Amino acid sequence: MNKSHTYDHDSGRKITLSIFRYNPSNPASEPSFREYTLTETPGMTLYIALTKIYTSIDHDLSFDFVCRAGICGSCAMVVNGKPRLACKTLTSEFADARITLMPLPTFKHNKDLSVDTGNWMNAMSLKVESWIHSKEQTDISRIEKRVDPDTADEIFELDRCIECGICLASCSTRIMREDFIGAVGLNRVARFSIDPHDERTDEDFYELIGDDNGIFGCMSLMGCEDHCPKHLPLQSRIAYMRRKMVKV
Amino acid sequence: MQQEHIIELLTGKDSRKKKSRIPARLDLLQSVTGLILVLFILFHLLFESSILLGKDAMYALTKGFEMSFIFEGGEPLVISFLALMIFIVFILHAFIATRKFPASYRESIRYRTHAKLLKHEDTNLWFIQISTGFMMFFLGSVHLYTMMTQPEKIGPFASADRVYSDTAWPLYLLLLVSVVLHAGAGVYRLIVKWGVCDRTRSKTIIKAATAFYLLIGLVSLGAYIRIGYEHRNDYGQRYHTEVSR
Repeated sequence: MNKSHTYDHDSGRKITLSIFRYNPSNPASEPSFREYTLTETPGMTLYIALTKIYTSIDHDLSFDFVCRAGICGSCAMVVNGKPRLACKTLTSEFADARITLMPLPTFKHNKDLSVDTGNWMNAMSLKVESWIHSKEQTDISRIEKRVDPDTADEIFELDRCIECGICLASCSTRIMREDFIGAVGLNRVARFSIDPHDERTDEDFYELIGDDNGIFGCMSLMGCEDHCPKHLPLQSRIAYMRRKMVKV
Repeated sequence: MQQEHIIELLTGKDSRKKKSRIPARLDLLQSVTGLILVLFILFHLLFESSILLGKDAMYALTKGFEMSFIFEGGEPLVISFLALMIFIVFILHAFIATRKFPASYRESIRYRTHAKLLKHEDTNLWFIQISTGFMMFFLGSVHLYTMMTQPEKIGPFASADRVYSDTAWPLYLLLLVSVVLHAGAGVYRLIVKWGVCDRTRSKTIIKAATAFYLLIGLVSLGAYIRIGYEHRNDYGQRYHTEVSR
């Protein structure tokens, strides 16, 4: 079932957004795509387009956003088949002026384009024990232990992950096998494994990811790296963890 | 051993209360057996295409593999032994790699739908990898079994007779395409998986190598078909360099 709505503001290219609409908590709701036509404005992002639809055409449309600047990772959605951040995607990229939007697969679907990535990320963090493990008592009156600048850079690089869920939504392994921890989880373990503050050994990390739901489940399909909006070096970090884990 | 497995069944850990190391061993073994098979096929296709240099070149190579420099006239059992070794690695690789195949209709349809939406080269490549792998369960087994049991039937005429008069060419055509694509995708996956070389550069080189091997494979298969056709009335007659001169 397809419904059509139009928003006309000023002169500009007409773009059509076909948006997945469904509310799983409403038994009367039927999964469908609804079309919205609006006038493109200069520098329009998908986030802006969605806001226009929400404020001017359909106040029932649900989608997630917070920062609008590619930092929070909330507005990740499937754009013409590819998982992307709505706030970083310009509507002018689409020459045929037709854009299909779907919620990220593999996460709990809230409504329309909104999914629950937060609870999954929290569970993943607990699963890989995503915190510094150290027996040392922290004395905040003393200067922290020095870290080699290159190592610190490497850690900061992996810490740039915004947990948007795009790596999981781009991963066919994860699509097939729901227990697979995905690049976000493996990247997190790689981050702590290079951190000199963390006293865990490779044997300890093996207990967290040494199975087919962890590092050995990755089939190197590379959807994660090729779609990561932060361009994290996921392939090399996953390979690094794999090399470490087979030696355990 | 049985008790160890029972403990793992009940607790998810071994008797040391640790995760099993088997997944790590399997992952490594899949890569190692794959690498051995790729190296084998790289040389196999080159040797097999020696027919493009002439019947004498192919005959000399065959006799070389039969160790004619040790055994008078060559010993085909050497080929049998080599085929057996490759068959063992082949079965091992297939057995380990099967665990990655989609295990149900649900997994299969989810992968296909996702891949069609995503339009991502490496994700689509996996479909080529598993479908050519599946085909080779049968095609590769037939070929390896033939080589194990009839090693004496290798040579410019014997191979051409098999290809043309014994109608093996459809099998070899499908096997050639499957093995080259599977090996190309497999090498690329190995590089990405273990992070040994630059991904983008490796992909370009592997694509070129795959095209090269497909080309020489197809041209040499064509050469065997032509020789087999010309030799059809003398089916069974063996090639000797002295005869040709």
